Amino acid sequence: MSARNRLGAALAGALLLTACRQDMHDQPRYEPLEASAFFADGRSSRPQVAGTVARGELRLDAHLYAGTVNGEPATEFPFEITMDVLERGRERYDIFCSACHDYVGNGEGIVVRRGLKQPPSFHIERLRDAPPGYFFDVITRGFGAMYDLSDKVPVEDRWAIIAYVRALQLSQNATMVEVPAGMRAMLESEAGQ
Amino acid sequence: MAQIFHPSFNTLSRVSIFGAVFFLGAAVWGWDRLLRSPYNTQVNVAREQPVPFSHKHHVAGLGIDCRFCHTSVEESAFAGIPPTKTCMGCHSLVWKDAPMLEKIRESYRTDAPVEWVRVHDLPDFAYFDHSIHVSKGIGCTTCHGQVDEMPLTWRENTLNMDWCLSCHRDPEVFVRDRADVFSTEWRPDDVSAEERAELAERYHLESMTNCSVCHR
Repeated sequence: MSARNRLGAALAGALLLTACRQDMHDQPRYEPLEASAFFADGRSSRPQVAGTVARGELRLDAHLYAGTVNGEPATEFPFEITMDVLERGRERYDIFCSACHDYVGNGEGIVVRRGLKQPPSFHIERLRDAPPGYFFDVITRGFGAMYDLSDKVPVEDRWAIIAYVRALQLSQNATMVEVPAGMRAMLESEAGQ
Repeated sequence: MAQIFHPSFNTLSRVSIFGAVFFLGAAVWGWDRLLRSPYNTQVNVAREQPVPFSHKHHVAGLGIDCRFCHTSVEESAFAGIPPTKTCMGCHSLVWKDAPMLEKIRESYRTDAPVEWVRVHDLPDFAYFDHSIHVSKGIGCTTCHGQVDEMPLTWRENTLNMDWCLSCHRDPEVFVRDRADVFSTEWRPDDVSAEERAELAERYHLESMTNCSVCHR
């Protein structure tokens, strides 16, 4: 093989090899939840050390973060409930609650129909009378077969969901007199269908 | 001494000299096809997972919202893979003895993560953020396909740069109402060109093809 041929072969080989280098594709940093060979448990996303308080997450406000006032379940919401909050509550309720509690809160959601323990309806006397702080505690710490949703639903959203549950409770126990005059005709025509 | 080459080699050599450009062209074309084939891009190749999780069952069958599991998709670059606790929320009672779910139960007992196989992985030099796409009216199915029809999850699109640019050049073609972003029933035909133009205006969509948008 002449020197020129050898050079040519080396160049062609180098060109082919470049396609196989992935250094820039896989840079030496972790992506979220990527496996790690460094830590003994294989996780790059490290669990927090017990007792860690992140900046801005001191959570001194017991009403907002624990749903209690003077150690009792809060009877009021920690912030004003506006139409925007209710809409947010409906959206979050439909995402996180409807699978079991169903869209109207009767506790007959699809997962219940598939075998999960049936939760009580929100429309029974006990839950209609329960203070918002009680619902907050159940979402935050779980109850019975229900796991807590504290890792999925931020506190403000929990309150928004509770506000929407209140709206659902109203909707299932309302009389025609409580419906705004402009909406009655619409409801009656729908009921007639 | 006998001739080494048969006279027919004259023709062969002429053909190969003039045909070289075609041979080279074919080689380049073949290489390109290989790079774009499912063998390389993994498009439409269902991944084996430690537990055969079916989006089809959970999304189409049960109607569970994407965000029930992918909780950080609206706020963060990473959509989020649910902790084992999310599985156990139902599977502590539903299918609680199914052998298929033993790895889930084991993970919950031992606090060792389930090692899911990643389906979508961009090169590290491409910056991507889920939250901005979601809040600008780009729906899950636009990039991930009809996940509600996937028994095992596969990659619907190449994630190649030309694919990213097909939308970044003209996002108006793919936009939908924010209310429909997480819908799996929404179809591109549901929105007219005028509605899309209106949405693009409302969400301040613009062509984003500067290199530093993704390579930062």
